[in-house]
Amino acid sequence: MGFVNFLHKPKNELEKGGRKYPEVQFDEGESTRECPGCKKSVPLSHIWGSKNCCPKCGHHFRMNSRQRLNMTVDKGSFEEMFSDLQAEDFMEFPGYEAKLKTTGDSCREKEAVICGTAEIKGNKCCVFVMEPYFMMGSMGTVVGEKITRIFEYASEKRLPVVGFTVSGGARMQEGILSLMQMAKTSGAVKRHSDKGLLYIAVLTDPTTGGVTASFAMEADIIMAEPGATIGFAGARVIEQTTRKKLPNGFQKSEFLLEHGFIDRIVPRSEQRETLGKLLGYHSSAGDENE
Amino acid sequence: MSKSAYEKVKTARSNSRPTGKNYVDSIFTDFIEMHGDRSFGDDPAIVGGIASLKGMPVTVIACEKGRDAKERIFRNFGAPNPEGYRKALRLMKQAEKFKRPVICFVDTSGAFCGVGAEERGQGQAIAANLMEMMTLKTPVISIVIGEGGSGGALALAVADRVWMLENSVYSVISPEGCASILWKDAGAAKNAAESLKLTADDALGFNVAERVIEEKNIGKKEFYRDLREDLYQEIERLSLLSEEELLDNRYNRFRRLGERQGE
Ligand SMILES: [Zn+2]
Repeated sequence: MGFVNFLHKPKNELEKGGRKYPEVQFDEGESTRECPGCKKSVPLSHIWGSKNCCPKCGHHFRMNSRQRLNMTVDKGSFEEMFSDLQAEDFMEFPGYEAKLKTTGDSCREKEAVICGTAEIKGNKCCVFVMEPYFMMGSMGTVVGEKITRIFEYASEKRLPVVGFTVSGGARMQEGILSLMQMAKTSGAVKRHSDKGLLYIAVLTDPTTGGVTASFAMEADIIMAEPGATIGFAGARVIEQTTRKKLPNGFQKSEFLLEHGFIDRIVPRSEQRETLGKLLGYHSSAGDENE
Repeated sequence: MSKSAYEKVKTARSNSRPTGKNYVDSIFTDFIEMHGDRSFGDDPAIVGGIASLKGMPVTVIACEKGRDAKERIFRNFGAPNPEGYRKALRLMKQAEKFKRPVICFVDTSGAFCGVGAEERGQGQAIAANLMEMMTLKTPVISIVIGEGGSGGALALAVADRVWMLENSVYSVISPEGCASILWKDAGAAKNAAESLKLTADDALGFNVAERVIEEKNIGKKEFYRDLREDLYQEIERLSLLSEEELLDNRYNRFRRLGERQGE
Protein backbone atom coordinates (compact mmCIF):
# COMPACT_ATOMS: atom_id res chain seq x y z
CA MET A 1 0.00 0.00 0.00
CA GLY A 2 2.91 2.29 0.75
CA PHE A 3 3.95 2.05 -2.86
CA VAL A 4 0.52 3.06 -4.07
CA ASN A 5 0.51 6.07 -1.77
CA PHE A 6 3.94 6.99 -2.98
CA LEU A 7 2.70 6.90 -6.55
CA HIS A 8 -0.09 9.23 -5.85
CA LYS A 9 1.43 11.70 -3.48
CA PRO A 10 0.46 15.02 -5.07
CA LYS A 11 3.43 16.91 -6.40
CA ASN A 12 1.77 20.11 -7.45
CA GLU A 13 -1.34 22.15 -6.87
CA LEU A 14 -3.15 20.43 -9.66
CA GLU A 15 -2.63 16.94 -8.34
CA LYS A 16 -3.82 18.08 -4.94
CA GLY A 17 -7.06 18.88 -6.64
CA GLY A 18 -6.37 22.21 -8.20
CA ARG A 19 -5.84 25.73 -7.06
CA LYS A 20 -8.27 27.19 -4.58
CA TYR A 21 -10.96 29.21 -6.15
CA PRO A 22 -13.04 31.78 -4.30
CA GLU A 23 -16.54 30.67 -3.39
CA VAL A 24 -18.73 31.66 -6.28
CA GLN A 25 -22.12 33.25 -6.06
CA PHE A 26 -24.89 32.37 -8.45
CA ASP A 27 -28.58 32.85 -9.00
CA GLU A 28 -30.80 30.56 -7.00
CA GLY A 29 -32.61 29.51 -10.17
CA GLU A 30 -29.59 28.58 -12.27
CA SER A 31 -29.05 24.93 -13.31
CA THR A 32 -26.19 23.22 -11.63
CA ARG A 33 -24.24 20.03 -12.10
CA GLU A 34 -22.63 17.91 -9.46
CA CYS A 35 -18.88 17.82 -9.94
CA PRO A 36 -17.43 14.31 -9.77
CA GLY A 37 -14.20 15.85 -8.47
CA CYS A 38 -15.36 17.78 -5.40
CA LYS A 39 -18.96 16.53 -5.22
CA LYS A 40 -20.22 20.10 -4.98
CA SER A 41 -22.93 21.41 -7.22
CA VAL A 42 -21.55 23.91 -9.64
CA PRO A 43 -23.58 26.33 -11.78
CA LEU A 44 -23.34 25.43 -15.46
CA SER A 45 -22.36 28.98 -16.44
CA HIS A 46 -19.30 28.73 -14.23
CA ILE A 47 -18.25 25.42 -15.79
CA TRP A 48 -18.65 26.86 -19.26
CA GLY A 49 -16.78 29.96 -18.23
CA SER A 50 -13.75 27.92 -17.22
CA LYS A 51 -13.20 25.74 -20.29
CA ASN A 52 -15.54 23.05 -19.06
CA CYS A 53 -13.61 22.63 -15.83
CA CYS A 54 -14.95 22.83 -12.31
CA PRO A 55 -14.13 26.32 -10.99
CA LYS A 56 -13.84 24.89 -7.49
CA CYS A 57 -11.57 21.86 -7.89
CA GLY A 58 -10.38 21.99 -11.49
CA HIS A 59 -12.07 18.74 -12.52
CA HIS A 60 -12.02 18.46 -16.32
CA PHE A 61 -15.47 17.72 -17.66
CA ARG A 62 -15.78 15.98 -20.99
CA MET A 63 -16.19 18.38 -23.88
CA ASN A 64 -17.16 18.08 -27.51
CA SER A 65 -14.73 18.49 -30.36
CA ARG A 66 -15.96 21.89 -31.62
CA GLN A 67 -15.79 23.45 -28.17
CA ARG A 68 -12.31 22.08 -27.75
CA LEU A 69 -11.22 23.39 -31.09
CA ASN A 70 -12.56 26.86 -30.30
CA MET A 71 -10.72 26.95 -27.03
CA THR A 72 -7.44 25.82 -28.60
CA VAL A 73 -6.91 27.44 -31.97
CA ASP A 74 -6.66 31.09 -32.98
CA LYS A 75 -10.04 32.65 -33.59
CA GLY A 76 -11.30 32.06 -37.11
CA SER A 77 -8.20 30.14 -38.20
CA PHE A 78 -9.72 26.67 -38.49
CA GLU A 79 -10.45 25.31 -41.94
CA GLU A 80 -12.08 21.94 -41.81
CA MET A 81 -11.06 19.12 -44.17
CA PHE A 82 -12.60 15.79 -45.21
CA SER A 83 -15.82 16.80 -43.49
CA ASP A 84 -18.07 14.86 -45.86
CA LEU A 85 -16.71 11.44 -45.00
CA GLN A 86 -19.37 9.42 -43.28
CA ALA A 87 -19.46 5.96 -41.72
CA GLU A 88 -21.23 3.19 -43.59
CA ASP A 89 -22.62 -0.03 -42.24
CA PHE A 90 -20.73 -2.10 -44.83
CA MET A 91 -20.87 -5.30 -42.79
CA GLU A 92 -24.57 -4.99 -42.00
CA PHE A 93 -23.67 -5.29 -38.37
CA PRO A 94 -26.73 -5.67 -36.12
CA GLY A 95 -27.86 -2.33 -34.78
CA TYR A 96 -25.01 -0.31 -36.27
CA GLU A 97 -27.00 1.72 -38.75
CA ALA A 98 -29.48 2.82 -36.09
CA LYS A 99 -26.66 3.62 -33.71
CA LEU A 100 -24.92 5.77 -36.30
CA LYS A 101 -28.11 7.70 -36.81
CA THR A 102 -28.88 8.35 -33.16
CA THR A 103 -25.31 9.22 -32.25
CA GLY A 104 -24.96 11.47 -35.29
CA ASP A 105 -28.23 13.23 -34.57
CA SER A 106 -27.41 13.85 -30.95
CA CYS A 107 -23.93 15.28 -31.43
CA ARG A 108 -24.46 16.72 -34.90
CA GLU A 109 -21.18 15.34 -36.22
CA LYS A 110 -20.72 12.94 -39.12
CA GLU A 111 -17.92 11.00 -37.51
CA ALA A 112 -15.84 10.73 -34.37
CA VAL A 113 -13.05 13.08 -35.47
CA ILE A 114 -12.76 16.50 -37.06
CA CYS A 115 -9.67 17.48 -39.01
CA GLY A 116 -8.29 20.55 -40.65
CA THR A 117 -5.70 23.28 -40.61
CA ALA A 118 -5.48 26.03 -38.04
CA GLU A 119 -3.15 28.38 -36.27
CA ILE A 120 -2.27 28.13 -32.61
CA LYS A 121 -0.71 31.35 -31.28
CA GLY A 122 0.14 32.18 -34.86
CA ASN A 123 1.73 28.80 -35.63
CA LYS A 124 0.20 27.11 -38.65
CA CYS A 125 -0.52 23.43 -38.10
CA CYS A 126 -2.79 20.53 -38.93
CA VAL A 127 -5.20 19.54 -36.19
CA PHE A 128 -7.44 16.63 -35.41
CA VAL A 129 -9.88 16.54 -32.52
CA MET A 130 -11.74 13.38 -31.64
CA GLU A 131 -15.40 13.55 -30.63
CA PRO A 132 -16.42 11.77 -27.44
CA TYR A 133 -20.12 12.09 -28.16
CA PHE A 134 -19.91 10.19 -31.44
CA MET A 135 -19.91 6.53 -30.41
CA MET A 136 -17.40 7.31 -27.66
CA GLY A 137 -14.80 8.38 -30.22
CA SER A 138 -14.43 4.85 -31.49
CA MET A 139 -12.19 4.32 -34.51
CA GLY A 140 -13.76 2.82 -37.58
CA THR A 141 -12.69 3.14 -41.18
CA VAL A 142 -13.67 6.80 -41.51
CA VAL A 143 -11.81 7.90 -38.39
CA GLY A 144 -8.78 5.93 -39.61
CA GLU A 145 -9.08 7.45 -43.07
CA LYS A 146 -9.39 11.02 -41.78
CA ILE A 147 -6.44 10.68 -39.40
CA THR A 148 -4.37 9.11 -42.18
CA ARG A 149 -5.31 11.88 -44.59
CA ILE A 150 -4.45 14.67 -42.18
CA PHE A 151 -0.98 13.19 -41.60
CA GLU A 152 -0.49 12.71 -45.33
CA TYR A 153 -1.56 16.30 -45.95
CA ALA A 154 0.74 17.54 -43.18
CA SER A 155 3.64 15.55 -44.68
CA GLU A 156 3.00 17.07 -48.07
CA LYS A 157 2.70 20.62 -46.76
CA ARG A 158 5.44 20.12 -44.17
CA LEU A 159 3.21 21.09 -41.26
CA PRO A 160 3.19 19.92 -37.65
CA VAL A 161 0.18 17.98 -36.37
CA VAL A 162 -1.59 18.67 -33.08
CA GLY A 163 -4.10 15.98 -32.17
CA PHE A 164 -6.56 15.57 -29.31
CA THR A 165 -7.54 11.97 -28.62
CA VAL A 166 -10.59 10.60 -26.89
CA SER A 167 -11.67 7.10 -27.73
CA GLY A 168 -13.15 3.91 -26.41
CA GLY A 169 -10.99 2.03 -28.92
CA ALA A 170 -11.57 0.36 -32.25
CA ARG A 171 -15.16 0.28 -33.51
CA MET A 172 -16.20 -3.34 -33.43
CA GLN A 173 -19.16 -2.78 -35.74
CA GLU A 174 -16.67 -2.36 -38.59
CA GLY A 175 -14.84 -5.55 -37.71
CA ILE A 176 -11.35 -6.31 -38.94
CA LEU A 177 -11.15 -3.15 -41.04
CA SER A 178 -11.39 -1.11 -37.83
CA LEU A 179 -8.40 -3.00 -36.50
CA MET A 180 -6.50 -2.30 -39.70
CA GLN A 181 -6.91 1.45 -39.14
CA MET A 182 -4.37 1.12 -36.33
CA ALA A 183 -1.72 0.02 -38.83
CA LYS A 184 -2.87 2.50 -41.48
CA THR A 185 -2.74 5.54 -39.20
CA SER A 186 0.58 4.38 -37.71
CA GLY A 187 2.03 4.22 -41.20
CA ALA A 188 0.95 7.79 -41.91
CA VAL A 189 2.34 9.02 -38.57
CA LYS A 190 5.65 7.28 -39.34
CA ARG A 191 5.96 8.86 -42.78
CA HIS A 192 5.24 12.27 -41.27
CA SER A 193 7.79 11.66 -38.54
CA ASP A 194 10.45 10.48 -41.01
CA LYS A 195 10.21 13.86 -42.69
CA GLY A 196 11.41 15.47 -39.48
CA LEU A 197 8.00 16.93 -38.71
CA LEU A 198 6.48 17.45 -35.28
CA TYR A 199 3.44 15.66 -33.90
CA ILE A 200 1.99 16.61 -30.51
CA ALA A 201 -0.78 14.49 -29.00
CA VAL A 202 -3.01 15.63 -26.16
CA LEU A 203 -4.69 12.63 -24.55
CA THR A 204 -8.04 13.35 -22.98
CA ASP A 205 -10.52 11.30 -21.02
CA PRO A 206 -10.80 8.48 -21.99
CA THR A 207 -8.13 7.35 -24.47
CA THR A 208 -8.10 3.58 -24.62
CA GLY A 209 -7.78 0.46 -26.74
CA GLY A 210 -6.79 0.71 -30.37
CA VAL A 211 -6.25 4.46 -30.30
CA THR A 212 -3.85 4.21 -27.37
CA ALA A 213 -2.11 1.34 -29.15
CA SER A 214 -1.62 3.44 -32.27
CA PHE A 215 -1.48 7.17 -32.95
CA ALA A 216 -2.08 8.36 -29.37
CA MET A 217 1.21 6.84 -28.25
CA GLU A 218 3.19 7.68 -31.38
CA ALA A 219 3.61 11.42 -30.93
CA ASP A 220 6.94 13.18 -30.41
CA ILE A 221 5.40 14.97 -27.46
CA ILE A 222 2.55 13.41 -25.51
CA MET A 223 0.56 15.55 -23.12
CA ALA A 224 -2.49 14.53 -21.14
CA GLU A 225 -5.28 16.30 -19.33
CA PRO A 226 -5.36 15.83 -15.56
CA GLY A 227 -7.30 12.82 -14.33
CA ALA A 228 -7.89 11.34 -17.78
CA THR A 229 -8.19 7.57 -18.12
CA ILE A 230 -5.54 6.35 -20.53
CA GLY A 231 -4.74 2.72 -21.20
CA PHE A 232 -4.86 -0.23 -23.52
CA ALA A 233 -7.14 -2.72 -21.82
CA GLY A 234 -10.32 -1.68 -20.05
CA ALA A 235 -10.13 -1.66 -16.26
CA ARG A 236 -13.08 -4.04 -15.99
CA VAL A 237 -11.46 -6.55 -18.31
CA ILE A 238 -8.24 -6.43 -16.30
CA GLU A 239 -10.14 -6.96 -13.08
CA GLN A 240 -11.92 -9.95 -14.59
CA THR A 241 -8.69 -11.41 -16.02
CA THR A 242 -6.55 -11.00 -12.92
CA ARG A 243 -9.30 -11.25 -10.30
CA LYS A 244 -7.56 -8.55 -8.29
CA LYS A 245 -8.67 -5.13 -7.22
CA LEU A 246 -6.97 -2.41 -9.21
CA PRO A 247 -4.70 0.08 -7.49
CA ASN A 248 -6.02 3.59 -6.86
CA GLY A 249 -5.48 5.95 -9.72
CA PHE A 250 -4.83 3.08 -12.11
CA GLN A 251 -4.62 4.22 -15.76
CA LYS A 252 -5.04 7.88 -14.85
CA SER A 253 -2.80 10.51 -16.47
CA GLU A 254 -0.83 10.77 -13.25
CA PHE A 255 -0.20 7.00 -13.34
CA LEU A 256 1.10 7.22 -16.91
CA LEU A 257 3.32 10.16 -16.02
CA GLU A 258 4.71 8.19 -13.10
CA HIS A 259 5.49 5.23 -15.36
CA GLY A 260 7.11 7.33 -18.02
CA PHE A 261 4.60 7.14 -20.84
CA ILE A 262 3.62 10.78 -21.19
CA ASP A 263 5.70 13.94 -21.19
CA ARG A 264 3.46 16.24 -19.20
CA ILE A 265 0.07 16.73 -17.65
CA VAL A 266 -1.30 20.01 -18.95
CA PRO A 267 -4.62 21.42 -17.70
CA ARG A 268 -6.93 23.01 -20.22
CA SER A 269 -6.19 26.48 -18.93
CA GLU A 270 -2.55 26.11 -20.03
CA GLN A 271 -2.87 24.04 -23.18
CA ARG A 272 -3.01 26.83 -25.72
CA GLU A 273 -0.02 28.55 -24.21
CA THR A 274 2.02 25.32 -24.03
CA LEU A 275 1.11 24.22 -27.55
CA GLY A 276 2.01 27.64 -28.90
CA LYS A 277 5.43 27.55 -27.27
CA LEU A 278 6.17 24.00 -28.37
CA LEU A 279 5.13 24.73 -31.94
CA GLY A 280 7.35 27.80 -31.81
CA TYR A 281 10.36 25.75 -30.68
CA HIS A 282 9.87 23.51 -33.72
CA SER A 283 9.12 26.16 -36.29
CA SER A 284 12.02 25.03 -38.48
CA ALA A 285 11.31 21.29 -38.08
CA GLY A 286 11.32 19.44 -41.38
CA ASP A 287 12.79 22.31 -43.38
CA GLU A 288 14.09 20.85 -46.60
CA ASN A 289 17.20 22.98 -46.82
CA GLU A 290 18.44 21.98 -43.37
CA MET B 1 -20.18 -28.68 -44.97
CA SER B 2 -18.07 -25.71 -44.00
CA LYS B 3 -17.81 -24.61 -40.42
CA SER B 4 -19.72 -21.71 -38.91
CA ALA B 5 -17.71 -18.68 -37.81
CA TYR B 6 -17.92 -19.68 -34.16
CA GLU B 7 -16.87 -23.24 -34.91
CA LYS B 8 -13.82 -21.79 -36.58
CA VAL B 9 -13.15 -19.69 -33.49
CA LYS B 10 -13.24 -22.85 -31.41
CA THR B 11 -11.02 -24.72 -33.86
CA ALA B 12 -8.55 -21.83 -33.91
CA ARG B 13 -8.34 -22.00 -30.11
CA SER B 14 -8.14 -25.78 -29.88
CA ASN B 15 -5.31 -27.22 -27.81
CA SER B 16 -4.75 -29.96 -30.33
CA ARG B 17 -3.60 -27.50 -32.99
CA PRO B 18 0.08 -27.04 -33.77
CA THR B 19 1.44 -24.02 -31.89
CA GLY B 20 4.03 -21.46 -32.93
CA LYS B 21 7.05 -23.50 -31.94
CA ASN B 22 5.79 -26.50 -33.93
CA TYR B 23 5.94 -24.35 -37.03
CA VAL B 24 9.36 -22.98 -36.18
CA ASP B 25 10.80 -26.42 -35.53
CA SER B 26 9.20 -28.07 -38.56
CA ILE B 27 9.67 -25.47 -41.27
CA PHE B 28 13.15 -24.23 -40.49
CA THR B 29 16.45 -25.81 -39.52
CA ASP B 30 19.04 -24.69 -37.00
CA PHE B 31 16.75 -22.34 -35.08
CA ILE B 32 18.67 -20.39 -32.46
CA GLU B 33 16.40 -18.67 -29.96
CA MET B 34 17.13 -15.14 -28.77
CA HIS B 35 15.70 -13.85 -25.52
CA GLY B 36 14.78 -10.57 -23.94
CA ASP B 37 13.81 -7.01 -24.82
CA ARG B 38 17.05 -5.47 -23.43
CA SER B 39 15.01 -3.31 -21.15
CA PHE B 40 12.77 -5.22 -18.76
CA GLY B 41 12.62 -8.96 -19.31
CA ASP B 42 11.95 -11.91 -21.52
CA ASP B 43 8.40 -12.77 -22.46
CA PRO B 44 7.84 -16.49 -22.95
CA ALA B 45 4.61 -15.82 -24.86
CA ILE B 46 6.71 -14.75 -27.84
CA VAL B 47 9.54 -16.89 -29.16
CA GLY B 48 12.05 -15.35 -31.52
CA GLY B 49 15.38 -16.04 -33.10
CA ILE B 50 17.33 -16.83 -36.24
CA ALA B 51 16.83 -19.90 -38.39
CA SER B 52 17.59 -21.28 -41.80
CA LEU B 53 14.92 -21.45 -44.48
CA LYS B 54 16.42 -23.78 -47.09
CA GLY B 55 19.81 -22.26 -46.43
CA MET B 56 18.55 -18.67 -46.24
CA PRO B 57 19.01 -16.98 -42.85
CA VAL B 58 15.70 -15.58 -41.60
CA THR B 59 14.42 -14.00 -38.40
CA VAL B 60 11.50 -15.95 -37.00
CA ILE B 61 9.04 -14.66 -34.41
CA ALA B 62 6.22 -16.81 -33.09
CA CYS B 63 3.50 -16.54 -30.50
CA GLU B 64 3.58 -19.61 -28.33
CA LYS B 65 0.57 -20.68 -26.28
CA GLY B 66 2.24 -23.74 -24.79
CA ARG B 67 1.68 -27.37 -25.63
CA ASP B 68 0.73 -28.80 -22.24
CA ALA B 69 -0.88 -27.43 -19.09
CA LYS B 70 2.39 -26.55 -17.43
CA GLU B 71 3.86 -24.86 -20.47
CA ARG B 72 0.64 -22.96 -21.10
CA ILE B 73 0.95 -21.32 -17.71
CA PHE B 74 4.63 -20.54 -18.36
CA ARG B 75 3.72 -19.02 -21.74
CA ASN B 76 0.85 -17.03 -20.22
CA PHE B 77 -1.46 -18.81 -22.69
CA GLY B 78 0.17 -16.93 -25.51
CA ALA B 79 -0.92 -13.49 -24.30
CA PRO B 80 2.15 -11.25 -24.67
CA ASN B 81 3.21 -8.53 -22.28
CA PRO B 82 4.83 -5.31 -23.57
CA GLU B 83 8.30 -6.85 -23.30
CA GLY B 84 7.20 -9.53 -25.75
CA TYR B 85 6.39 -6.93 -28.37
CA ARG B 86 9.61 -5.09 -27.60
CA LYS B 87 11.62 -8.28 -27.99
CA ALA B 88 9.91 -8.90 -31.32
CA LEU B 89 10.71 -5.39 -32.49
CA ARG B 90 14.32 -5.70 -31.35
CA LEU B 91 14.72 -8.88 -33.38
CA MET B 92 13.05 -7.29 -36.38
CA LYS B 93 15.45 -4.35 -36.21
CA GLN B 94 18.30 -6.84 -36.03
CA ALA B 95 16.90 -8.57 -39.12
CA GLU B 96 16.79 -5.24 -40.92
CA LYS B 97 20.40 -4.50 -40.03
CA PHE B 98 21.64 -7.85 -41.30
CA LYS B 99 19.23 -7.91 -44.24
CA ARG B 100 17.30 -10.98 -43.19
CA PRO B 101 13.62 -11.41 -44.01
CA VAL B 102 11.20 -11.66 -41.07
CA ILE B 103 8.59 -14.40 -40.70
CA CYS B 104 5.99 -14.12 -37.93
CA PHE B 105 3.57 -16.78 -36.72
CA VAL B 106 0.58 -15.16 -35.06
CA ASP B 107 -1.50 -17.03 -32.51
CA THR B 108 -2.79 -15.02 -29.59
CA SER B 109 -6.13 -14.26 -28.02
CA GLY B 110 -4.70 -10.75 -27.61
CA ALA B 111 -2.15 -8.69 -25.77
CA PHE B 112 -2.27 -9.54 -22.08
CA CYS B 113 -4.72 -7.54 -19.96
CA GLY B 114 -2.94 -7.00 -16.65
CA VAL B 115 -1.81 -4.34 -14.23
CA GLY B 116 1.87 -4.91 -15.04
CA ALA B 117 1.18 -4.82 -18.75
CA GLU B 118 -0.46 -1.40 -18.37
CA GLU B 119 2.31 -0.13 -16.08
CA ARG B 120 4.86 -1.08 -18.69
CA GLY B 121 2.91 0.47 -21.55
CA GLN B 122 1.10 -2.23 -23.49
CA GLY B 123 -0.45 0.40 -25.75
CA GLN B 124 2.87 2.11 -26.39
CA ALA B 125 4.60 -1.21 -27.13
CA ILE B 126 2.01 -2.20 -29.73
CA ALA B 127 2.00 1.29 -31.24
CA ALA B 128 5.78 1.22 -31.60
CA ASN B 129 5.62 -2.08 -33.48
CA LEU B 130 2.95 -0.81 -35.86
CA MET B 131 4.95 2.27 -36.64
CA GLU B 132 8.34 0.61 -36.98
CA MET B 133 7.18 -2.44 -38.90
CA MET B 134 5.65 -0.18 -41.52
CA THR B 135 9.11 1.01 -42.54
CA LEU B 136 11.20 -2.05 -41.72
CA LYS B 137 13.56 -2.31 -44.68
CA THR B 138 13.31 -6.05 -45.17
CA PRO B 139 10.52 -8.37 -46.36
CA VAL B 140 8.01 -9.37 -43.67
CA ILE B 141 5.54 -12.25 -43.95
CA SER B 142 3.04 -12.99 -41.17
CA ILE B 143 0.99 -16.15 -40.93
CA VAL B 144 -2.03 -16.31 -38.64
CA ILE B 145 -1.98 -19.94 -37.50
CA GLY B 146 -4.73 -19.83 -34.86
CA GLU B 147 -6.14 -16.78 -33.13
CA GLY B 148 -5.47 -13.33 -34.52
CA GLY B 149 -6.62 -11.41 -31.48
CA SER B 150 -6.91 -7.68 -32.09
CA GLY B 151 -4.04 -5.23 -31.61
CA GLY B 152 -1.95 -7.89 -29.93
CA ALA B 153 -1.95 -9.87 -33.19
CA LEU B 154 -1.62 -6.86 -35.48
CA ALA B 155 1.58 -5.89 -33.63
CA LEU B 156 3.21 -8.89 -35.36
CA ALA B 157 1.38 -8.57 -38.65
CA VAL B 158 2.24 -5.26 -40.28
CA ALA B 159 3.63 -7.32 -43.12
CA ASP B 160 4.05 -7.44 -46.88
CA ARG B 161 2.02 -10.64 -46.98
CA VAL B 162 -0.47 -11.93 -44.45
CA TRP B 163 -1.50 -15.54 -44.81
CA MET B 164 -4.11 -17.26 -42.71
CA LEU B 165 -4.83 -20.87 -42.00
CA GLU B 166 -8.24 -22.04 -43.14
CA ASN B 167 -9.59 -22.24 -39.59
CA SER B 168 -7.70 -19.33 -38.13
CA VAL B 169 -9.53 -16.13 -37.21
CA TYR B 170 -8.53 -12.47 -37.16
CA SER B 171 -10.72 -10.07 -35.24
CA VAL B 172 -10.94 -6.62 -33.73
CA ILE B 173 -12.41 -8.13 -30.54
CA SER B 174 -13.21 -11.60 -29.29
CA PRO B 175 -16.79 -12.68 -30.06
CA GLU B 176 -17.36 -13.07 -26.31
CA GLY B 177 -16.10 -9.56 -25.63
CA CYS B 178 -18.22 -8.13 -28.41
CA ALA B 179 -21.34 -9.93 -27.21
CA SER B 180 -20.90 -8.84 -23.63
CA ILE B 181 -20.33 -5.19 -24.56
CA LEU B 182 -23.06 -4.87 -27.17
CA TRP B 183 -25.65 -7.28 -25.94
CA LYS B 184 -24.60 -7.73 -22.30
CA ASP B 185 -24.60 -11.43 -22.96
CA ALA B 186 -21.44 -13.45 -23.43
CA GLY B 187 -23.69 -16.28 -24.59
CA ALA B 188 -24.41 -14.38 -27.77
CA ALA B 189 -20.83 -15.02 -28.87
CA LYS B 190 -21.99 -17.26 -31.67
CA ASN B 191 -23.93 -14.43 -33.30
CA ALA B 192 -21.12 -11.99 -32.62
CA ALA B 193 -18.67 -14.31 -34.39
CA GLU B 194 -20.88 -14.24 -37.47
CA SER B 195 -21.34 -10.46 -37.37
CA LEU B 196 -17.66 -9.68 -36.83
CA LYS B 197 -16.66 -11.42 -40.08
CA LEU B 198 -13.53 -12.83 -38.56
CA THR B 199 -12.81 -15.91 -40.65
CA ALA B 200 -9.86 -16.33 -42.99
CA ASP B 201 -12.19 -16.15 -45.98
CA ASP B 202 -13.63 -12.88 -44.69
CA ALA B 203 -10.11 -11.48 -44.26
CA LEU B 204 -9.32 -12.52 -47.83
CA GLY B 205 -12.47 -10.76 -49.03
CA PHE B 206 -11.48 -7.54 -47.24
CA ASN B 207 -7.89 -7.76 -48.61
CA VAL B 208 -6.66 -8.08 -45.06
CA ALA B 209 -5.03 -11.38 -46.02
CA GLU B 210 -3.48 -12.46 -49.32
CA ARG B 211 -3.93 -16.16 -48.97
CA VAL B 212 -5.83 -18.87 -47.11
CA ILE B 213 -3.83 -22.00 -46.35
CA GLU B 214 -5.65 -25.32 -46.50
CA GLU B 215 -5.61 -27.39 -43.33
CA LYS B 216 -6.09 -30.78 -44.95
CA ASN B 217 -2.62 -31.93 -43.88
CA ILE B 218 -2.18 -29.67 -40.86
CA GLY B 219 0.68 -30.80 -38.64
CA LYS B 220 1.93 -33.38 -41.14
CA LYS B 221 5.31 -33.42 -42.85
CA GLU B 222 3.90 -32.39 -46.22
CA PHE B 223 2.03 -29.47 -44.64
CA TYR B 224 5.24 -27.97 -43.33
CA ARG B 225 7.12 -28.86 -46.51
CA ASP B 226 4.58 -26.97 -48.63
CA LEU B 227 4.71 -23.97 -46.29
CA ARG B 228 8.50 -24.00 -46.43
CA GLU B 229 8.43 -23.93 -50.23
CA ASP B 230 5.76 -21.23 -50.33
CA LEU B 231 7.61 -19.03 -47.86
CA TYR B 232 10.85 -19.44 -49.74
CA GLN B 233 9.28 -18.53 -53.06
CA GLU B 234 7.40 -15.56 -51.64
CA ILE B 235 10.55 -14.16 -50.04
CA GLU B 236 12.39 -14.58 -53.34
CA ARG B 237 9.64 -12.59 -55.05
CA LEU B 238 9.68 -9.86 -52.40
CA SER B 239 13.47 -9.69 -52.58
CA LEU B 240 13.27 -8.63 -56.21
CA LEU B 241 11.68 -5.34 -55.17
CA SER B 242 13.75 -2.29 -54.42
CA GLU B 243 13.63 -1.06 -50.84
CA GLU B 244 11.43 1.82 -51.92
CA GLU B 245 9.00 -0.41 -53.80
CA LEU B 246 8.81 -2.83 -50.90
CA LEU B 247 7.95 -0.09 -48.41
CA ASP B 248 5.56 1.73 -50.73
CA ASN B 249 3.73 -1.52 -51.38
CA ARG B 250 3.52 -2.26 -47.67
CA TYR B 251 2.24 1.23 -46.91
CA ASN B 252 -0.34 1.02 -49.67
CA ARG B 253 -1.38 -2.47 -48.65
CA PHE B 254 -2.72 -0.97 -45.41
CA ARG B 255 -3.55 2.44 -46.85
CA ARG B 256 -6.18 0.87 -49.10
CA LEU B 257 -8.05 -0.79 -46.22
CA GLY B 258 -11.18 1.23 -45.60
CA GLU B 259 -10.01 3.91 -48.02
CA ARG B 260 -12.60 6.50 -49.00
CA GLN B 261 -13.06 8.70 -52.01
CA GLY B 262 -14.28 12.27 -51.87
CA GLU B 263 -13.60 15.26 -49.69
ZN1 LIG C 1 -15.20 20.17 -8.59
